[in-house]
Amino acid sequence: MKKKEYLDLYYQMVLIRRVEERAAELYQQGKIGGFLHLYIGQEAVSTGLISARLPQDRVITAYRDHGVALNCGLSAGGVIAEMLGKATGVSKGKGGSMHMADASKNFWGGHAIVGAHLPLAAGMALADQYTGSDGVTICMFGDGATNIGYFHEGVNLSKVWDLPVLWVCENNQYGMGTAVERASAVSEIRQKAEGYGIPNLRTDGMDVLNVRKVAAEALEHIRSGKGPFFLELVTYRYRGHSMGDPERYRASDEIKEWQENDPIGIYHKFLTENKHASPADLDKIDAQVEAEVIAAVEFAETSPDPAPEELFTHVYAQEGSYGR
Amino acid sequence: MAVKTVRQAISDALWEEMERDERVFIMGEEVGVWGGTYAVTKGFYDHFGEKRVRDTPIAEAAIIGGAIGAAMVGLRPIAEMMTINFAFSAMEHIVNEAPKLRYMFGGQFTIPMVIRAVGGGGRQLGATHSQTPDAIFAHFPGLVVVAPGTPADAKGLLKSAIRSDDPVMFIEHATLYQARGEVPDGEHLVPIGKSTVQRAGQHVTIVTYSKMLQLSMQAADELAKEGISAEIVDLRTLRPLDMEPVIESFKKTNRAVVVEEGWRSYGVGAEVAARLYEEAFDYADAPIQRVAQTEVPLPYNRELEQMALPQVADIIKAVKEVL
Repeated sequence: MKKKEYLDLYYQMVLIRRVEERAAELYQQGKIGGFLHLYIGQEAVSTGLISARLPQDRVITAYRDHGVALNCGLSAGGVIAEMLGKATGVSKGKGGSMHMADASKNFWGGHAIVGAHLPLAAGMALADQYTGSDGVTICMFGDGATNIGYFHEGVNLSKVWDLPVLWVCENNQYGMGTAVERASAVSEIRQKAEGYGIPNLRTDGMDVLNVRKVAAEALEHIRSGKGPFFLELVTYRYRGHSMGDPERYRASDEIKEWQENDPIGIYHKFLTENKHASPADLDKIDAQVEAEVIAAVEFAETSPDPAPEELFTHVYAQEGSYGR
Repeated sequence: MAVKTVRQAISDALWEEMERDERVFIMGEEVGVWGGTYAVTKGFYDHFGEKRVRDTPIAEAAIIGGAIGAAMVGLRPIAEMMTINFAFSAMEHIVNEAPKLRYMFGGQFTIPMVIRAVGGGGRQLGATHSQTPDAIFAHFPGLVVVAPGTPADAKGLLKSAIRSDDPVMFIEHATLYQARGEVPDGEHLVPIGKSTVQRAGQHVTIVTYSKMLQLSMQAADELAKEGISAEIVDLRTLRPLDMEPVIESFKKTNRAVVVEEGWRSYGVGAEVAARLYEEAFDYADAPIQRVAQTEVPLPYNRELEQMALPQVADIIKAVKEVL
C-alpha cells in the first residue's frame, strides 16, 4: 500500500467519527427528526470493506448507513443535509438518516426494515450474473438481521443460484438491546452461512487493514465465479442503538473495554509506529476533517427545505402517463 | 381478431415481451420445468432457457425482493406469486419496498417489475387459498394495481405492465383462465389507468372488474329481458383509479351498483361509492349498492362457498334495489 492509501483510510474513519459526533449534537438540538443510528465504533468495518471494492461493485446496507455512504464517496454535506431533511440531501430530503443512496456511486441504500434488503442484494447480484458483468454486490447487515426470514431466503437463494454477492454481517454484539446469545441460536453468525454451504470467515472488524485484506480476498473469490462468500466482522458500537436508547442492557465497563481497541486509535498507533505516517501527517488530516465537517454542517443548515411540490414527485416513474 | 382464452392471452403477452426485450425474465415457483401450475408458462423453459425462466425456492420474499433488486439495476423481472394468497409472505417487499424506493430516495431508483398473482374464490380450496385481497394492494401509493376481466385486456394490459417503469401488481383470476373472447391480432397494448365502458346502457351503472365483469355481463343480459338497460364500467386498473367513465355514466343513469369479489368492508365498492358521492352527489337518485363477498373466511363446502361469493342473482337484486 502506498502512503496515500494508508492516509486515506485514516481520513475516512475520522470523517465518519466527526460527522456522527456532529449528527448527535444536531439531533440533541432538535434539528434532526425521526431515528438516528450512529456508526461510532464500527468505522473500520465499512472503511476497510469498501476500500477493497472495484467501481463496478455495488454496496447496499441497513439503516446504520451514514458511514457507508461516506465511504462510498457521498459528500459529508449531502449526508448531513439529508439528516436535516434538506433539498440538497442525498435523497432530496425525502428519505432521512436511514435512507441514503447514490446510484451514481454504486451505493444502493440505506434500508430501514431489518433484513429486508438481503433479497434485494440477491436480485442485484442476479442482474450482474444475468448481464455477464463482473461486479459483486456487497450487502451489509447487523447480527440482529440474521434471525429474520428474509436473511435465510436471500442467503439460500444466493447459494442455489451461485450469485456474486458478498454477505457482510457486522456483528456489533447487540440487536437493539438484545445480546447476540439471547437472540441467535448460534453466537458465531458465520455458522449460519456454513449451514447453507457458503464459504465464510469470522474475523476482527476493528482493524481496518484486516477488514480490507479479508474483503479483497472474498471479492476475488466471488469474482472468479465461485459464488457467494460470507464475512462476519466482529465489532462494537459505542453509542446506543439509536439516539433514544436507555442502554440498560450493558455495563459502561464493557464499552470502555472496547474503546481500548478503538479502530481509529489502533490504526493511528499502527501508522505512526510503522512509519507509514508521522503524527503531523495525521494531525493535518484531523484538522482537514474538522474544517470539512464545519463546512458540511454550514452547507446543510443553510440549504433550503424541499419545495412543497416535491411532496408529489417520484411516486411513480410514469407519473401523468397513467390514463386520466 | 382471434378468439382466445385469458390463459392464452396472458401467455402470448409474456412470450411476445420476452421475445422483444432481452431484459425481461420470469422468476417464480414452478414457472420453468413444470410450466406454471396454471400452465401459463408452458413451453417457455424449453424456448427461453433456464436463465430467463427461473424456478425459485418456495420463498416469496426472495422472489419479490430479488425481482426488486434486479429491477433497480436495469432488468425487467416478472415475478410470479403462485397464488395471491402467498403474496402475504412477501408483503414487506410488495407494499413496503417496491412502491417506496423511488420516492424515498428522491427519484434515484426505477423499479420496472411486474408481480403476477392469481387469486379468487370458487374452487373449493379453503379459506387460505381462495382470497380476493385486491383492495389491500390498491391501498399503497407507488404500486400500480391492474386486474383485467377479458382476454383482450389481459393481453394488452400485461404487455403495458411489462413495459411500465413502475412496479405493477397484475392480478389474475383463477376461474377466468378458461374465459374466451376476441383478442386483436398483432401488437396489442391497453393503457394502464383507464377504466372503460364494456357495455352501454341507460338505466343503471354497474361498476366492476376482473371475474365480476363476467357475472355483471350475465346479470345485464337477464335484466335486458325485463327491459332494464345496464351500463357496465370495467375499472381494469385499481390504482391509479380512473373514475371519469364511472362518473360520466353515473351522471347519465343516476344509479349505481358496485360489484367486487372481495369482502365488502374497506373494499373497492366502498372506494368507488365514496368517490361517486364526493364528486357526483347531486346526481344520485338512489343510495349506491355494493355487491361483495360475505364477511366470513371462505368455507370449503361447495354450497357454502358459493353462498359466500357474489352471484348473478345478487347483482340483479342490487340493481332492482337502486331502480
